[in-house]
Amino acid sequence: MPLSASPAAHTRPGIFIPSFFLENFSILETHLTWLCICSVFVTAVNLLLYLVVKPNASSKRSSLSYKVTRFLKCCIYFLMSCFFFHVIFVLYGAPLIELVLETFLFAVILSTFTTVPCLCLLGPNIKAWLRVFSRNGVTSIWENSLQITTISSFIGTWLGAFPIPLDWERPWQMAIERKYKMCTSLYVCTRHGASHCPQVWPISCTLGATFGYVAGLVISPLWIYWNRKQLTYKNH
Amino acid sequence: MVPVCWRSRCASGRRSRMQKISVLLFLAWVCFLFYAGIALFTSGFLLTRLELTNHSSCQEPPGPGSLPWGSQGKPGACWMASRFSRLVLVLIDALRFDFAQPQPSHSPGEPPVSLPFLGKLNCLQRILEIQPHHARLYQSKADPPTTTMQRLKALTTGSLPTFIDAGSNFASHAIVEDNLIKQLASAGRRVVFMGDDTWKDLFPGAFSQAFFFPSFNVRDLHTVDNGILEHLYPTMDSGEWDMLIAHFLGVDHCGHKYGPHHPEMAKKLSQMDQVIQGLVERLENDTLLVVIGDHGMTMTGDHGGDSELEISAALFLYSPKALFPGAPPEEPEIVPQISLVPTLALLLGLPIPFGNIGEVMAELFSEVEDSQSHSSALAQASALHLNAQQVSRFLHTYSAAAQDLQVKELHRLQTLFNKASADYQRLLQRPQGPEAALQTVITELQQFLRGVRAMCIQSWARFSLGRMAGGAALMAAACFLCLLVSQWATSPGFCFRPLLTLMACGLAGTIVCAGLLTTTGLKLDPVVLGAMAAAGSLLPFLWKAWAGWGSRRPLVALLPIPGPVLLFLLIRFAAFFSDSFVVAEARATPFLLGSLILLLIAQLHWEGKLLPPKLLTIPRLCFSASTGPPRHNGTHALGLGVGLLLCIRLAGLFHRCPEETPACHSSPWLSPLASMVGGRAKNLWYGACVGALVALLAAVRLWLRRYSNLKSPEPSVLFVRWGLPLMALGTAAYWALASGADEAPPRLRALVAGASVVLPRAVAGLAASGLMLLLWRPVTVLVKATTGAPRTRTVLTPFSGPPTSRADLDYVVPQIYRHMQEEFRGRLERTKSQGPLTVAACHLGSVYSAAMVTALTLLAFPLLLLHAERISLVFLLLFLQSFLLLHLLAAGIPITTPGPFTVPWQAVSAWALMATQTFYSMGHQPVFPAIHWHAAFVGFPEGHGSSTWLPALLVGANTFASHLLFAVGCPLLLLWPFLCENQGPRKRWQPLGRNEAEARVRPEEEEEPLMEMRLRDAPHHFNAALLQLSLKYLFVLGIQILACALAASILRRHLMVWKVFAPKFIFEAMGFIVSSVGLFLGIALVMRVDGAVSSWFRQLVLAQQR
Repeated sequence: MPLSASPAAHTRPGIFIPSFFLENFSILETHLTWLCICSVFVTAVNLLLYLVVKPNASSKRSSLSYKVTRFLKCCIYFLMSCFFFHVIFVLYGAPLIELVLETFLFAVILSTFTTVPCLCLLGPNIKAWLRVFSRNGVTSIWENSLQITTISSFIGTWLGAFPIPLDWERPWQMAIERKYKMCTSLYVCTRHGASHCPQVWPISCTLGATFGYVAGLVISPLWIYWNRKQLTYKNH
Repeated sequence: MVPVCWRSRCASGRRSRMQKISVLLFLAWVCFLFYAGIALFTSGFLLTRLELTNHSSCQEPPGPGSLPWGSQGKPGACWMASRFSRLVLVLIDALRFDFAQPQPSHSPGEPPVSLPFLGKLNCLQRILEIQPHHARLYQSKADPPTTTMQRLKALTTGSLPTFIDAGSNFASHAIVEDNLIKQLASAGRRVVFMGDDTWKDLFPGAFSQAFFFPSFNVRDLHTVDNGILEHLYPTMDSGEWDMLIAHFLGVDHCGHKYGPHHPEMAKKLSQMDQVIQGLVERLENDTLLVVIGDHGMTMTGDHGGDSELEISAALFLYSPKALFPGAPPEEPEIVPQISLVPTLALLLGLPIPFGNIGEVMAELFSEVEDSQSHSSALAQASALHLNAQQVSRFLHTYSAAAQDLQVKELHRLQTLFNKASADYQRLLQRPQGPEAALQTVITELQQFLRGVRAMCIQSWARFSLGRMAGGAALMAAACFLCLLVSQWATSPGFCFRPLLTLMACGLAGTIVCAGLLTTTGLKLDPVVLGAMAAAGSLLPFLWKAWAGWGSRRPLVALLPIPGPVLLFLLIRFAAFFSDSFVVAEARATPFLLGSLILLLIAQLHWEGKLLPPKLLTIPRLCFSASTGPPRHNGTHALGLGVGLLLCIRLAGLFHRCPEETPACHSSPWLSPLASMVGGRAKNLWYGACVGALVALLAAVRLWLRRYSNLKSPEPSVLFVRWGLPLMALGTAAYWALASGADEAPPRLRALVAGASVVLPRAVAGLAASGLMLLLWRPVTVLVKATTGAPRTRTVLTPFSGPPTSRADLDYVVPQIYRHMQEEFRGRLERTKSQGPLTVAACHLGSVYSAAMVTALTLLAFPLLLLHAERISLVFLLLFLQSFLLLHLLAAGIPITTPGPFTVPWQAVSAWALMATQTFYSMGHQPVFPAIHWHAAFVGFPEGHGSSTWLPALLVGANTFASHLLFAVGCPLLLLWPFLCENQGPRKRWQPLGRNEAEARVRPEEEEEPLMEMRLRDAPHHFNAALLQLSLKYLFVLGIQILACALAASILRRHLMVWKVFAPKFIFEAMGFIVSSVGLFLGIALVMRVDGAVSSWFRQLVLAQQR
């Protein structure tokens, strides 16, 4: 039933996710929706993995109230990291007032790729995070893969900013100011409808973050496999 | 204990001086290498067009065949019979096309468009409506560069001034090519000129009567125009002229000062409207009126580039007798600007100037009285044919003199011309030929003329590939040399002598070669000679590097730059090859800088230097991984980083948009306060600017006080205490006058004018005298000479064995120093037995950086004055962010106490990036229209007369202020870690318990940390470190200029080469030259301070001994 609604009606169908559930969905044109979906999906997978694998099961107290406070703490940490990334993006040159929602969702997805695995694996414990991200600080293969995926997500995001100034006139890399210009021009507005203009600002960066995360997921097992001789973890 | 002997250190003073001289010489030589490379590349890249000095003359027709009306023997007929005996040329500078465009009478329902510049030239519209056969409006397209002098050259010679001329806007030279004015003068016509004095330089002595008014002062809207108006109508009525030229500047200056969207523009255009109206009423039947704008202006009122708004200018023709056969078209026709030259020449009965490549506007040569379209077309064809003959003759002469025209295209055009010419001759023999044949001839002739123009535009941007390659290779070799020698300088066994001998060998050999060449009579370009000298002197180095390479050094040592920094440098290098990234550099540089800073922090954390070890749960971390003790805690470094990012972001608010991104809005804060309309906002901004000034001053004084260099009675310190506030006061007063000069009551006008001359000069003079004082007495140290009770000798704890850890070192070094002091004191006591004298030199530890900071502040004030008021906030941010960066970097640089000192690559790269970032946040862009010409009038509101170097210096200082400041401040990178040293060890290591007993024994007043005196204690390493630092900085700058040169040469056929790559190269080259000079001065200043400190020590010894 949902399949019948999709392909013909689209101007440009989604590249990776066929639009089973949503009308007129595509990664580039309804990017914010995609960001939300991706974020929720990755969080869910992470939580699922956490519940199934339980990488740090050495929790002494396991009362309900402890779990609840821990969960709440995690939520607060996640929010804090979103705001932190938002501030960093603005400091990096993202617009301060315009496109706040876009920037924030970008911060959310980056948090999903980096903070959520940290929270799952290490819990709301900043000291442990700092330890993992320093030389010789990892103590298990889980932490090792966490390190690799997080760093590759950051690098992907960083590289994702590079296409922004290019003038290839692709919808995913147009600069913010150029977007307004394009929207006023007749061409785009007839193509996308006068009320709807593509939001392009975080697209290249979010795609970069996603690719970086995926690359990290691929690289980390390979890296661990290749370096299995050198890896000697010391338990604390 | 290391034996330290005072006498031996004194004796080593001479060696140290030799080392300093060799460092400076070597630096100068490396700079020379780069300059030679840049000059060679530039001479190959920015070619000038060959200027022919041939002239057309009446007696000499441009080609074979009879002249159309020559046989009739009319008086005043030359190549063609003259149709007008007199001409009034009204040149309104920067009259954009839409300023003159008739406005459609709007229907009552619509709201009228009320832009200040629209529809103000009503009389043009009226004339066009009433007398459609007498007047015509065209949209003329100027060729870039759209600067006034280039346009004047084009408008009189009919050729295309090339790019390199754009730089000589202030040094106008007489036109050597054939031109309209020269033709008029040689025909005995009287040319009267009034207006812009640029014409005086271009056509010296060509006018029978002239009224020149100074053109340089772009803030002055009325002097030129009112001067013209005073003379225009009397001259016209007197009748003693054949050509009358009036060059009005008000519109252009109004654009520069206020922009086109200001009410002042409406007033100015209305004034011009009245002028044209008055002229039209006075015109006689034999006179043609031409109203022309030499170029347009951008949205902000600037010009010089090639955007649509800049190149579209208005052209209006009017004659009291009917001139045009038909009514004007709905939309005005577009004509190239230089079409006016052959048209006017033939209309006035003059020969077309020899070098003209414009095409006559055929429409003006039709017979109006004769209603037959055939004879009209024939007249047009004959005018076009004359024009084509002249252009063909020019091409022939030019291609014989220079080889830069494409042979194939030339051949094609020649055959086209021959065919058209033959067709034309055939037509002349059969006067009543078919209409279609006539039209074919006209089309062919026009095709030929347009083809020539296109070919010339393309060919006069030809390059000399050999020189470009040679220049780039020279720059690359110089970069390589920087890398190599900076690597050598860090090695412990480095000595200066081989450097000098190699350099001297190369130079001597080259000089001998050059001498031989000149004696053989071979004439050489100085550029080529310089390049040869550079290459010749480079060879011994490269040879030595090649010889020493295989045996000792592994290949990895060749790239000593750490991976991440190498990546950053590569990205920066690659970014110069994309026009998008060059255009977006203003945003890309802060991005890279921010990334580098975050990387630095992440690296510090990764190395475990950021957190105290107990926070990290694994115990082995703090001993095996960390090389030194954590000197800063995590929050401190993080705070520094965030503060830096914040500063960079705030500085980014002062951005100026490149013209390629039309939807981007430049920051309104870049304009001077005088252009603001609201009084309240203006006052608030003024307050903020003065606040920034005061904050800058207070910060510098606070810093100096913190390191206690503010207490000594030295003259330079006194200057810092009293002279700096005076300079700030002068600056603030000047701003107040400049922002409100137009509102001053008339009685005070003279006073205000006088003050706005005196104040900036006074500030600059104060700064210069302050710098002189600093150079004279650079040691800002308070000497306390007190006779007191003899003190007990400090207990020195014996320490044996090699120092094993950082802690030991930190302990041992002060001990050595103290021992030295004791020994010194002991000798004093021996020589002078009565009353022991204690000498306490306070804060000798910051003597170098105090001098640097003082010099930078003194430099910053005059530079600040050259900028618009609100840029002072950027200057404040500049000082703040460089302070933060230095602190952050100091956290990551270990002090290797006795050994060779190094400045890491990331520090140098960050410093260079910050210089670029500040260049942009001061409102600059690497394009010519974005240059702040206002700077030339600071202190010289009346202009400069004929001198050109002073305005060039002022504008250059404005443009490259950030390059200069950062280059001079470069030695701070070396000094700062030593300066930050005193915060760490004392606090952290005393309570640690290891040396508890000794710590208790130490007398408190003796706790003077060594800081920068560590550098002085190892003069050899100090000089090597200075050399290494400056070579690293030159390397980072050098690869930028190399990348620009390579990009410009590889992409020389790119669409954007003249718009993006060539200006970027020129700006980068100028920036490099300014930076290298600044770097040299900074290094020299440090050495001067070092020398002064040495002599100060020596004097102290002498004084004690006496």
